[in-house]
Amino acid sequence: MDPVLLSRIQFALTVGFHFLFPPITIGLAWLLVGIEYYAAFKKSAVCESIARVFAKLLGLTFAIGVASGIVMEFQFGTNWARYSAFVGDIFGAPLAAEALFAFFLESSFMGLYLFGRNRVSKRVHWFSILMVALGSTISAFWIIVANSWQQTPAGYTLEGGRAVLTSFGDAVFNPSTLQRFFHTISASLTAGAFFMGGIAVIMLFRNPASEVARKALKIALVAGFIASLSVLFPTGHLHAEQVARTQPEKFASFEGLIEGTTHAPMIVFGIPSDSPEPSVSYRIEIPSLLSWFAHGSADAFVKGLKDFPPDERPPFSLTFISFHTMVGLGLLFIAVSLLGVLLLWTKKLFASVWFQKIFLLVSPLPLIASQFGWITAEVGRQPWVVYRLLRTTDAVSVTVSAGEILLSIILIGSIELFLLIAYVFFTLKIARSEVRQ
Amino acid sequence: MSLETLQVLWFLLFGVVLIAYSVLDGFDLGAGILSLFEKDPKKRQIYMDAIAPVWDANEVWLLTAGGALFAAFPPVYAVTFSGFYLAFFLVLACLIFRAVSFELKHRMDSHRWQAFWDYAFGFSSLVVSILYGVAIGNLLQGVPVAKTDTGFEWRGDFFGLLRPFPILVGLITLAMFAAHASFYISIKAPEGMEIRASKLGNVFWMLWVVLFVLGTVVAFIVAPHLFASLPSNPLFYLFLVLLLASFVFIPVFAKNNRYFKAFLASSVAIASQIALAGISMFPRMVPSSLDLENQSLTIFNASSSRLTLFVMFVIVLIALPIVLAYTAFIFKVFRGRIREEESYS
Repeated sequence: MDPVLLSRIQFALTVGFHFLFPPITIGLAWLLVGIEYYAAFKKSAVCESIARVFAKLLGLTFAIGVASGIVMEFQFGTNWARYSAFVGDIFGAPLAAEALFAFFLESSFMGLYLFGRNRVSKRVHWFSILMVALGSTISAFWIIVANSWQQTPAGYTLEGGRAVLTSFGDAVFNPSTLQRFFHTISASLTAGAFFMGGIAVIMLFRNPASEVARKALKIALVAGFIASLSVLFPTGHLHAEQVARTQPEKFASFEGLIEGTTHAPMIVFGIPSDSPEPSVSYRIEIPSLLSWFAHGSADAFVKGLKDFPPDERPPFSLTFISFHTMVGLGLLFIAVSLLGVLLLWTKKLFASVWFQKIFLLVSPLPLIASQFGWITAEVGRQPWVVYRLLRTTDAVSVTVSAGEILLSIILIGSIELFLLIAYVFFTLKIARSEVRQ
Repeated sequence: MSLETLQVLWFLLFGVVLIAYSVLDGFDLGAGILSLFEKDPKKRQIYMDAIAPVWDANEVWLLTAGGALFAAFPPVYAVTFSGFYLAFFLVLACLIFRAVSFELKHRMDSHRWQAFWDYAFGFSSLVVSILYGVAIGNLLQGVPVAKTDTGFEWRGDFFGLLRPFPILVGLITLAMFAAHASFYISIKAPEGMEIRASKLGNVFWMLWVVLFVLGTVVAFIVAPHLFASLPSNPLFYLFLVLLLASFVFIPVFAKNNRYFKAFLASSVAIASQIALAGISMFPRMVPSSLDLENQSLTIFNASSSRLTLFVMFVIVLIALPIVLAYTAFIFKVFRGRIREEESYS
């Protein structure tokens, strides 16, 4: 088999698996900052019980996130040696900054948060969860800086076959960093809130009178509604607008615009096809909306996929499907959490078991939506590993054989599959064991 | 600051990060190794509890080392990590098992499940320690790298890494971490609890010293380039004296149950040993076994640009004092013996 394809499969599997956990960590940590505040300073016994349950779940999630994250830090060197040599002058700095500014902070204070409850004051204990939340968010910032530089490189010059830094500020705040950071953080808050809500529903099924579960569900619904709304607007909209400006072929691909045009329609639904030519059938579209969304005017010209040479187009169907699934799920999260907030408002929430069942089914889906978002972002950047600078096919380690990569995929893949099963199993077990409160 | 100054500075900083990692995560890995000698499951748990609040932060030094290498010396990161491919994934697999063993062990009340995670913790620590040493040993002896038009290229395979000298360095690392950890565990163990770690400290210290002397002799034969510039370097004498002195003091302190002092002594020994390895490598980072003079990766031909090295140095100046401050604070919070309520069980 082709070493390039195998390295891509390995990267997709390991990064996809890893990114199941950081969104929960980030979202849950910020929720716990609030909940622990009420437990420590407002003497809320219910909040203290909620915090105890979700601190356990945070610990479990964090551990698997850390374990799967170690692979990420080193995989650029093992599998993408030519990429590493090409971008090292720029790409390494944010990774090192992530370790120094973020990993130390979250890991050190996670230890204090989980084990130090009886060794420090309430104030310091609350401070420790605040630092965990801050650390995980700073971590997201630096890794998105690194990835955004791949999407929209800036602050560099090409010299002797590699990218050389000319402005650290421009490289860090490249044209897509902030849009992608805020979009990712709001998605992570959504994931954390829905996770908390799902666990609360499981607890409610066991014990419908549980004050702890009721309060947790209330918090989760309100937080989930605000967060899921912000994923779409403003963060999602601003990010899409930026992609239209900075990576028009990616934008054309995920929106399904084949021919460039003014009054470009937005496709709400369609079945994409790659052969013989990219096309979308059974489409439901809103006239002119895409022009308006992308450039603020219905008269604006939006470039289509065919405005780019075939060897510079991203894979069409996969980006189109990933993007539309993500958006569809995003809308679902807003609808479900809004419904929940309305039921809470009208005091019918705890009588509406049907709603609780729906919410439980939806609660893990923000993680799936995140995965589709990243597939859109990463596959949409193809055939480039660094947009218009380095092709993915030119980025792999030449000395590593296909057999070796296959072996590492099997090794890491089987461990991660086991961890996924263990994680789901123990998360449910922890939720169920907390029924008596 | 000139490019050369920054290159030397980053060689130094990378060494400091490696020392911090070895001293801190060294006792975590050593705790895993020592736990294998304990038959009673209750006592095995002590080894995990002793490091539970801090091991993860200690491991961040490894991620920092990886990030620093990527940022400051990208070709070194690219060539060695792809060259050590399978060995590296073995390390990663072990680190994953180690990391999750703390959380997963107590999630099920089954004896076999818990025993499985005890051994996963122990053996992964053991394998990782040996492989670190094997990797360092290979770098000391020289590896098959070649300079090409596009950069540096690895010309070896997995089994080519398993040479006598690197394996010897792997065993030195094993003994070193185990001895180092025995003092840490002895400080942390609950009052009146007899644990094997305290007795094993001397055994591993002896093993460490013997293997180190043997390793130095073998290095004379297989890697004479390491010794070429040593006699004229004053730092060499400084760290040699520090290493020998701490080697002597370790058993003296351990014998009188002054484990904290013994731990400090083993920390100094680890730091001196890494410093000596760094001095003998300088300015090479990856010596080429094909053509030492012309094809080795050095800090001068394999570094990032002046601007990147400078920006990274500023980042370190800002971040490191903060990191050290809260790390010290957290170690202070958890000082002394482990308490019952802090156990996972």
